[in-house]
Amino acid sequence: MSPRAAARLASIGFTRVYDYVAGKADWGAAGLPLEGSSGSETRAGAHARRDVPTCRLDEPLAQIRERVEQADWDTCFVVDQEGVVLGRLGRSALQRDDDLTVEQAMTPGPSTIRPSARLNDVVARMRKQNLSNLPVTTSNGQLVGLLAREDAERAIG
Amino acid sequence: MPTPIDREQVQRLLAEENGQLVEVLPTDEYEDEHLPGAINIPLKTLDAQTTRRLDRERPVIVYCHDYQ
Repeated sequence: MSPRAAARLASIGFTRVYDYVAGKADWGAAGLPLEGSSGSETRAGAHARRDVPTCRLDEPLAQIRERVEQADWDTCFVVDQEGVVLGRLGRSALQRDDDLTVEQAMTPGPSTIRPSARLNDVVARMRKQNLSNLPVTTSNGQLVGLLAREDAERAIG
Repeated sequence: MPTPIDREQVQRLLAEENGQLVEVLPTDEYEDEHLPGAINIPLKTLDAQTTRRLDRERPVIVYCHDYQ
């Protein structure tokens, strides 16, 4: 639709016309704010816990375990230097043998949702799949935070 | 000739060249959610009259939902 709108504007005489072809789906998926009656508050990104611990592939597992426990979490996301999610260390992975590397202990490629995902849809999925949380990432894979089911359920009332 | 742009270019045009965002989806979809600062001119109503409020000297960035 936007290419036709851009062409129409050009036909009217506008000379500086740009077409943001990926549109508001891309904007929202990147975690950027949207205005309107739906508003960002009805989306996953607004309720994700952004203090969820992260670590790198080359960090010692014992060190990560200590840091995660001190922060009162039981999970940690493995990210690269750009913050892109590579894997997840859950409770059992964090308790495994110290000699393991993060890469060996992590669950690679966890399922994620976009910040623009509607809370109603996310909660329905969590209930159906019996999930207690879901990581929220931007469209290019960067971690935004962790959406807890209890937070999402509270938000939708 | 309109120029396809990505999100980073949108942000640059808004910040540096006072770009004007135009959502061309129907009004109910615009009211549901839209980019901050965007105005709504649905595609079906796009003509010389409805675009009079746009500044022709500044960039005009049109968008819809996605690659439709």
